[in-house]
Amino acid sequence: MAVLSYLEAIRETLRQELRRDSRIIIYGEDVGVRGGVFRVTEGLQKEFGEERVIDSPLAEAAIIGTAIGAAVNGLRPVPEIQFADFIFPAINQIIQEAARIRYRSNGTFSVPLVIRAPFGGGVHGALYHSQSVEAFFAHVPGLKVVVPGTPYDAKGLLAAAIQDEDPVLYFEHKAAYRSLKGEVPDERYIIPIGQADLKRQGQDVSIITYGLMVSYALKAAEELEKEGISVEVLDLRTVRPLDVDAILETAKKTGKVLVLHEDNLTGGLGGEISALISEHALFYLDAPIMRLAGPDVPAMPYSPPLEHAFMVTPEKIRDKARELAKY
Amino acid sequence: MSDKGLTPELMLDMYYHMALARAVDDRMWILNRQGRAPVVYTSNGHEAAQVGSAFALNRGEDWICPYYRDLALVLAYGMTPREIMLHLLGRAEDPNSGGRQMPAHWGHMKLHILTGGSVVATQDIHATGLALASKVLKDGRVSVAYFGEGSTSQGEFHEALNFAAVHKLPVIFFNENNGYAISVPARKQMAIQDVASRAVGYGMPGVIVDGNDPIKVYEVVKEAADRARRGDGPTLIEAKTYRFVPHSSDDDDRAYRSREEVAEAKKRDPLTVFAAYLKEAGILTEDKLAEMQQKIKDAVNDATDYAEKAALPDPSTLADHVYGS
Repeated sequence: MAVLSYLEAIRETLRQELRRDSRIIIYGEDVGVRGGVFRVTEGLQKEFGEERVIDSPLAEAAIIGTAIGAAVNGLRPVPEIQFADFIFPAINQIIQEAARIRYRSNGTFSVPLVIRAPFGGGVHGALYHSQSVEAFFAHVPGLKVVVPGTPYDAKGLLAAAIQDEDPVLYFEHKAAYRSLKGEVPDERYIIPIGQADLKRQGQDVSIITYGLMVSYALKAAEELEKEGISVEVLDLRTVRPLDVDAILETAKKTGKVLVLHEDNLTGGLGGEISALISEHALFYLDAPIMRLAGPDVPAMPYSPPLEHAFMVTPEKIRDKARELAKY
Repeated sequence: MSDKGLTPELMLDMYYHMALARAVDDRMWILNRQGRAPVVYTSNGHEAAQVGSAFALNRGEDWICPYYRDLALVLAYGMTPREIMLHLLGRAEDPNSGGRQMPAHWGHMKLHILTGGSVVATQDIHATGLALASKVLKDGRVSVAYFGEGSTSQGEFHEALNFAAVHKLPVIFFNENNGYAISVPARKQMAIQDVASRAVGYGMPGVIVDGNDPIKVYEVVKEAADRARRGDGPTLIEAKTYRFVPHSSDDDDRAYRSREEVAEAKKRDPLTVFAAYLKEAGILTEDKLAEMQQKIKDAVNDATDYAEKAALPDPSTLADHVYGS
């Protein structure tokens, strides 16, 4: 089994999928000759040709809108939005078109489509190259939203997204691209969308999170172990649909829940997860549900001290989890 | 006569669909005024543009991406009066949406009529995308986006044309320019006279056609479709036409245009003009016309009765078809 970075896992999955199914096409800004600004699609145009790996005009609504049409007419498009921050010009096409086409046509049309987009901060990307946008889309019935946190999950979830019959948003954390490495099997495998994964077992505190924050939570858990605090880490992997059973199970087990995300606090996934636990597991709790999230400022600033102050770090997670353990 | 495959039989069939659309349209307004249909969107006045273009396509195989004005288009493309009425009345059997969408939001998978939403110009990009797939899959299909001139102010109209031209996609952008976006006249949408003149900016032909003449419309769409199938890329067609009635049953066009203007436009009612042409050419006789009118009356009555008796959707189906799996 090869050790791959998070980015390599995504690229190799795209390659494997393109080889498997000739209906799959990739397109977006700079994805062809250049192989993407992060090089995720590097070498793919060379192998699969300009008709299947397409440098498209610089227009996000057109990228998603054409992908919808192409999906209806028999292809399996996997368009890339260069940065998640740039997805907003396409938001009408995603929310009001892709997500609703099955419903509004009474099940006669469908849009098998995967929108890949790098998201997240801590990479000096400032306001428009750092955002976490998953909560906007997690709000929308008809969409599925996937945020892998490890190279292994990145592969299995991408393959699942590509074979799904509905539109899937697949958010890749930029800071994870090269910093996260792990064993990834060569053969194709599927991680079902909507299934969380317990990344670490613990007794005292549950951290529920997804994306890059999974690795940060695991780091914090290791440190807290030295202090005698046993932390469980649940990786949601999918933020729509949520794995409600797994969320309730860990909440009931430890009775202390910290929900963690880089996305803004207000209206973020943390609120929804907290509500689910309050509704279904209130009397198992030994402390209030706590949330640690990006602050409610419009987006991540550029200058290092400001960026650092915004980011949720392993240290902040450790401190918050300790506070919860001691409650 | 045309040299592009328009036989007398086809022309009669065109006229039939134009007249059928007008009759279905009239019936819908009556149902609305009687309180039996909450809202109606019309194709009244646009019949020649819509039917002429439909006949130039490989109906049921080529994709069309209509907008709310396109009743005559979808009828000519194969949707039945019963299906139209089922849609109007929000019945479970409505093939467009099973009663989910408001009227005039067409969509019919089997007929290759793409389902549409209400935000204008979104369908232009879908047509480009359908054509992108046709290019990759080499399925020989042409896709056609239909839209009003008001929607050409939307960014997605421009994005769709640009993308299609860059990739030389088999798509036609068919503008039905009736001079008004609800109440706003074309001169407040654009500082140019013709939508078609946008085409040069994207590197595709822009064609203006008399939208009240179904034969001329047929010819230009046929040519654009041939061009698309040859791999020579998209065409922007502007059919100049007029809407004879308000935008919808909730609109009152007296607020924004004079009765004189409407009366003047009606002198060129495509139904009247085309009927006169066919009679002059000896294609349409009085007997044939009477026979056709009876057939249309029967079809409209049958469709109304059928749809009014058809079942409404079961509330338990509210959450069906959110996801396929």
